[in-house]
Parts: sequence; structure tokens; C-alpha cells
Amino acid sequence: MKVLLGIGGTDGSVDALDRTVARAAGAGDDLTVAIVDSDGGDVSHDDLADRVEAAVAETDLSVDVRHVEGEPGSALVDIAETEGFDEIVLGGSTTSPMGKIKINQTAEFVLLNSHVTVTLVR
Amino acid sequence: MNADRRYPDVVSGPFEVPPIEFVDREERTIEIRPYDGSEVEFEALVEMYTEFDPSDRAQGIPPGRESRIQTWLESILDDDCLNVIAWDNGTAAGHSTLVPDGDEDYELAIFVLQPYQEAGIGTHLIESLLGYGAANNIYKVWLTVERWNHPAVALYKKVGFETTGAESFELEMAIRLGEDD
Repeated sequence: MKVLLGIGGTDGSVDALDRTVARAAGAGDDLTVAIVDSDGGDVSHDDLADRVEAAVAETDLSVDVRHVEGEPGSALVDIAETEGFDEIVLGGSTTSPMGKIKINQTAEFVLLNSHVTVTLVR
Repeated sequence: MNADRRYPDVVSGPFEVPPIEFVDREERTIEIRPYDGSEVEFEALVEMYTEFDPSDRAQGIPPGRESRIQTWLESILDDDCLNVIAWDNGTAAGHSTLVPDGDEDYELAIFVLQPYQEAGIGTHLIESLLGYGAANNIYKVWLTVERWNHPAVALYKKVGFETTGAESFELEMAIRLGEDD
């Protein structure tokens, strides 16, 4: 399966990265990681690219890493649709002090507008 | 989370301060008290949330399994949080909590066990919590609610919450309980 993972600098993104890499390694998915500008995160694209490299290092996967500028939601949907991806995977949620899950705006946009399957990692 | 969250200019209240006792619309005598930190009350809350109907979950809480309920309760029953519980004798019928979010802001949540809903308990429970909060110098309280949850939104508006954010899946609402220092 051809999988597009979108990550920004949030904790949810890092968790989604580790779990998606593990799943791709197990299932033999063709994984592309799109590093996007995130609303909440303050981690640089380069640090995130290093983080992807570290996550992939222990697997046999060869992962395509891209830096995506601009509005993350629409960019992810556009890449997925024009390049024939089967699925978009996102961290996409944060929790409030209370423990309530909040879907961020990128995830909301992708969920509402993507024509390919979307997986939200929690 | 959000340092520049907007709050109403008008101060709401004063609200009743727990402990309080009243007879609900089903003729049950309900007592609302601050959480006393005891094992007995903790276990009563675990039991309440274990019986909680999944259809009344909000944004992932209460969580679904007993082990996760325990972990979640441990975090929101911490010393820096304010909790009030509605009791029908030894049964926890409802629970409302204020969890700190930064220095001054608190996030609110309220849950009423299904057999105790629509009996006036929620109104007393939230008012007691706000009264308890104001008595502890908490002046800024916010919450999020799913926009289709009309009974909850109506309750929050009735006690003084105003909608402060509507651009997301959930509505964000806030109330002011006192003037800034």
C-alpha cells in the first residue's frame, strides 16, 4: 500500500511516525513522509527529518522524505490525490489538560476533504 | 494551552458553595461535596465511570477501560485540581472537575451518570464547582463541548458561559468568576 504520512512538530506527530514506520515495516508499505509546517510545534524541518531517519534506521524501509511548504492540510490532500496514494496518516490530535482530545485544523481539513482513506493515529 | 484565550467581561455568580444538599426531580436526596481525597471516594468514581454509557463520552473522556479510567482519574484528582462529587448516599451520581491550564486558567468538565440525568443534578453540580472555584480564587474557566450537544451547551449558557471559539469541531466556551488581580 502506498502511504503518505504527514508530520509536524507536535508530540502526536512523533508518535504517529514511530507507529506508522513500524506498521509499514511489518506490512511492506511504500511510505512517504511529508514534513509540514504545524500550528503548534516548534521543531524545525531538519530536526524532524533527522527524527524520521532515526525511526527508519532500524528497519529495511526506504522512505521518501519531503518538505512541504504552505497550508499543510491542502498540500497533503493534493499530494495524495495527484500521486495515487492509498492512504493519508496523521497524528492530528492533541489532548487538553483535562484529557479531552482535540482534532487540529490540519487533521480536520484532511478528514473532510480527502478522497483517499485517512488514518488518525491516537 | 492558549495564553490569549478570551473571557467574558462580565463576572458570573455568585454560585452556591459546596457542601450542599437538595432533592432532585426524582425525589432522591443528593449531596454535593468536594472530593475528600479518600480511597473510598476514588473507588466510587471509578465505579461511576465504569458504568458510564459510551454514548455520553465527550472527546475521548471518560476513557473506556477500567485501567485507563484509573489513570485518567489519578491525573484529574490531583491536589492542584478542584473536584466536586454528587452523591446519592454512597453512589457517585455525578462529578465535575477543574483542571489547571497554565497559571490562571482552568478547564472544566462535568459528567452525570445516566440514571441521574435530567433531574436537575447537573445544574447544581456545575454551580457548586464554580462556587468552589471562586472561593479558591479561580476566576477564569473554559471548556470545550461538541456543538451538537445542545443540553450541555444550554446548561453552560445558563450559568454564564459564553462561546469564545467556534472555528473547530468543538465549541469553546469561557466564564469569568472574578476580576483579574
